[in-house]
Amino acid sequence: MAIRFVLLVNKQGQTRLAQYYEQLTIDERRALEGEIVRKCLARTENQCSFVEHRNYKVVYRRYASLFFLIGVDSEENELAILEFIHCVVETMDRYFGNVCELDIMYHLEKAHFILEEMVMNGCIVETNKSNILGPIQLMDKSF
Amino acid sequence: MSFTTMEQLKTIGRELAMGSQGVWGSSKEFLELVKTIGEAKSKAEEERIVLAEIESLKRRIQEPDVPRKKMKEYIMRLVYVEMLGHDASFGYIHAVKMTHDDNLLLKRSGYLAVTLFLNEDHDLIILIINTIQKDLKSDNYLVCCAALTAVCRLINEETIPAVLPQIVELLNHQKELVRKKAVMALHRFFQRSPSTVSHLFPAFQERLCDRDPSVMSAVLCALYDMILVNVKPFKHLVASLVSILKQAVEHRLPKSYDYHRTPAPFVQIKLLKILALLGTGDKAASENMFNVLGDILKRSDSTSNIGNAILYECVRTLTSIYTNPRLLQNAAEITAKFLKSDNHNLKYMGIDALGRLIKITPECAENHQLAVIDCLEDPDDTLKRKTLDLLYKMTKANNVEVIVERMVEYIRNISDNHYKTEISSRVIELAERYAPSNQWFIQTMNQVFEIAGDLVPQKVAHDLMRLIAEGAGEEDEDADSHLRSSAVQAYLQILKEPKLPSILLQVISWVLGEYGIADGSHSAEFIIGKLCDIVATRPGDDKLKGYVVSAITKICAFEKAAGQTVDLIPECVSFIEELYASHSTDLQQRIYEFHAVLKLDRDTIASILPMDASCEDIEVDKDLSFLNSFVESALANGSRPYLSDNERRGMGAMTTLASNNDAGTSSLLRFQPYEKPSIPEPAAALVTASHYSQDAIDQHDIYSSTITVSTSSRAPESSSNDGTRLKLEGVQKKWGRPTYTPEAQVPKNPINISDSVKVSSSAAGKEASSRNSSAPPYTERKQPSQEISAEKKKLAASLFGSKAGETKAKPAAKLQQNGTSKKAPAKPTSPPAPAPAPPPADLLDLSDSLPQIPSVDPVDQLADLISVDSSAATSTTSLVEQVLDAGKVATKGPSPQASLQKDSVSRQVGVTPSGGTNPDLFKDLFG
Repeated sequence: MAIRFVLLVNKQGQTRLAQYYEQLTIDERRALEGEIVRKCLARTENQCSFVEHRNYKVVYRRYASLFFLIGVDSEENELAILEFIHCVVETMDRYFGNVCELDIMYHLEKAHFILEEMVMNGCIVETNKSNILGPIQLMDKSF
Repeated sequence: MSFTTMEQLKTIGRELAMGSQGVWGSSKEFLELVKTIGEAKSKAEEERIVLAEIESLKRRIQEPDVPRKKMKEYIMRLVYVEMLGHDASFGYIHAVKMTHDDNLLLKRSGYLAVTLFLNEDHDLIILIINTIQKDLKSDNYLVCCAALTAVCRLINEETIPAVLPQIVELLNHQKELVRKKAVMALHRFFQRSPSTVSHLFPAFQERLCDRDPSVMSAVLCALYDMILVNVKPFKHLVASLVSILKQAVEHRLPKSYDYHRTPAPFVQIKLLKILALLGTGDKAASENMFNVLGDILKRSDSTSNIGNAILYECVRTLTSIYTNPRLLQNAAEITAKFLKSDNHNLKYMGIDALGRLIKITPECAENHQLAVIDCLEDPDDTLKRKTLDLLYKMTKANNVEVIVERMVEYIRNISDNHYKTEISSRVIELAERYAPSNQWFIQTMNQVFEIAGDLVPQKVAHDLMRLIAEGAGEEDEDADSHLRSSAVQAYLQILKEPKLPSILLQVISWVLGEYGIADGSHSAEFIIGKLCDIVATRPGDDKLKGYVVSAITKICAFEKAAGQTVDLIPECVSFIEELYASHSTDLQQRIYEFHAVLKLDRDTIASILPMDASCEDIEVDKDLSFLNSFVESALANGSRPYLSDNERRGMGAMTTLASNNDAGTSSLLRFQPYEKPSIPEPAAALVTASHYSQDAIDQHDIYSSTITVSTSSRAPESSSNDGTRLKLEGVQKKWGRPTYTPEAQVPKNPINISDSVKVSSSAAGKEASSRNSSAPPYTERKQPSQEISAEKKKLAASLFGSKAGETKAKPAAKLQQNGTSKKAPAKPTSPPAPAPAPPPADLLDLSDSLPQIPSVDPVDQLADLISVDSSAATSTTSLVEQVLDAGKVATKGPSPQASLQKDSVSRQVGVTPSGGTNPDLFKDLFG
């Protein structure tokens, strides 16, 4: 399993979206999120976008006030994950239109649906934006 | 601030444009909640909001007849509660119920919540299986997909059979989306329980040729995991996979799979990973791949991140499969490019790629010496650690000293225990494998102990003690005793430091006890005083006390055996007195033994606690034959013969009462230690006593009991060692490298290096080579090198220079001096040429510029804004105008028009435009 978690955290360290592909208790998640965010916030912009934490490699990227973090195992291609983050944001941007933090908060389930289409079982399964958004937009219409 | 004004304007527009009913069905109440969470300024405030929310939800979710849409909202609020770190289990059942809903959005939201809340072993899952089964049969393919998505999260090994047949059927569904998700569900089953889907390999392969590329790429995910487990059944796929990769590279997949004009990069990368597995050690398979790999190297765009990601993956593949010199040459060029880049991410990838390349062509490291050193000295911790990984991979006998020194220096400066443990274990491993001399080894181990302390496994301490005791394992007693006395010197130095870890103190205590007075340079009183000091630093540490008592016992015994009397100093007496009443029976036993031993006569003492006999074998007479005469005379005097346990039990019924006193009780309470009190008599039995007690200490920890301390007989297979760190200056002096400290207070026993340098038996049998390398006496004084580049060159030479066998040791040693004595080796003092801290070209972060508001002329924006608002709602127009009058409008994204429009349509909260709100919430993620 390659991707172990996807996290969206703002620069105050508040979690905006969390999806884990392995089993952790609420307390473990809380601790993990706190530690990782602290690490990432401490880094400067020209340092690597990768941080090792415990057994994870965390790839992160900042968009405005939001950090997107993806925890992966050691076999993963960090640079590709970095671009995958961008692909996620682009997809959200296409769906929400100029996506901002509040869009994700109001429509948390939609953000999750997008992620569900893109990552399954910890694998990147889809990056084609029409394939990702098609079913979600259909569902919106049916509502 | 014009920026804030803009935000306020947007907010007002939003408020006006939306009624109380949200576009996507969210109520004002929900939006209000999200808004407050979004605006919380601290964790504590967020906590308060969530706790209040939990209370209100607990109440309201129970109410009868909650409308379905309302319920969905409650469930999303539960998701928030858990996401923010609180337990929402009181509402799980409602999420489960929601999965039954007929409405697709509600159903999918229910599934989503359930997958977020429950792990696959949760009791509630059983309630969902039925729903999933039903949904898998649905005519609406979106319902099918929702169920399949849930299957991937909720089905465990036991429930697989309940859904497997249906999912296999769905592999042929007419909708590609369903086929894709069915493949992923089976992938999940493979992860959970490979045997359940092993009969489906042909079906997977069939899907690999699916007419839809997205199904094909899902199959790749599954294939990768399957091949990882077992390559064989998939070897025949090489040709097909190569052809798929070729098509992707040649841009024959639909344009919608492009990412930034790169054709299907994630598919390419997945395929490269699979090919790497298939081509490992398989020449024929690899030859099939060379063409397409060459193609990728040619076509990939090295100016974009994604292009570089593919190139990097290609390098990985090339270093895994059967080698092709030409392509490997290309891989080396790419790696070089990465390393030379100013971008830290690329450097990182470059270091990683280099680590893979040197496994095949070790020489290529030399071309990148300076780049590697730059990375090593970079302030970026990630890069530095990655470089240490690389160095670890390229450690050899000729550079072990420099590399280990770097690692030690690194762990000295970090506080993260996880990495301290990991890197110190690497240091230990390297030191064991490549140590040039015993002294270096002991010194290194001491440093590790000092830094990583109790994170180091106990075994390492035992191995270190054994190494000191056994010396080189040769017949050269002089060298051994020299090694020991230098160890004693070093430890006496170390003791001057505050706050040493327990494990190091244990080693010190043992060494002082065993060898403290061996060379006659220290008096027994002095050593005992030191030992008492050790205890004083860690009053609560019983295990340590055990070591100290045993050490004192040994010293007193040695003294007495030598015909001297020992006057215990007052601290020692009070320390001992205390132990008589210790809560620890182990300590009590030790102290009583101590007393017993002291009362014995000189000869007996000498035979039970001989000098430096910790490595002698102890002959254990299991039959206790020395008691034979005693037994015989007892029998002759009418005692009953001994009956074994079993015999006694056999006759138990009859003799119960009669034998109660002896046999009965003893069978109940027989614990071995009781047998010992027979000590006083024979000397031989006693030999073991002290050793036993040593063992007893160690029973606290797992490894110990055999290896321990004084004990004699262990086979010296591995001379691993560890040490806590030494005060370096002192150590160096004592270790006989007078060079480091200018004063060169040459140790009392000037160390003859060639004598003392002995390869530990475990040092991988490298005796010959290590001896050579350490032969040049360390006489050079370190010249404080002024220019860094020179220092760097030296470092490079010592890391990479693989020529000149004898000269090697020198630069290494020198560097070590630099490093250790200065502690902070001249770091990023900006070397002139190689430019280590380059202004980072940041390819990555689009948004970096965002925080500083794009400098667009506000006035230019006005026109846009007006047009937006007039088209949106009449009332907003006037508002906009008001703001216009005020003359300040700032812009947010590049297209304020679009975003404002969207804002007004889709975000409908009453966010009060007070300055206190969180403006970040509205900021477009893309600048």
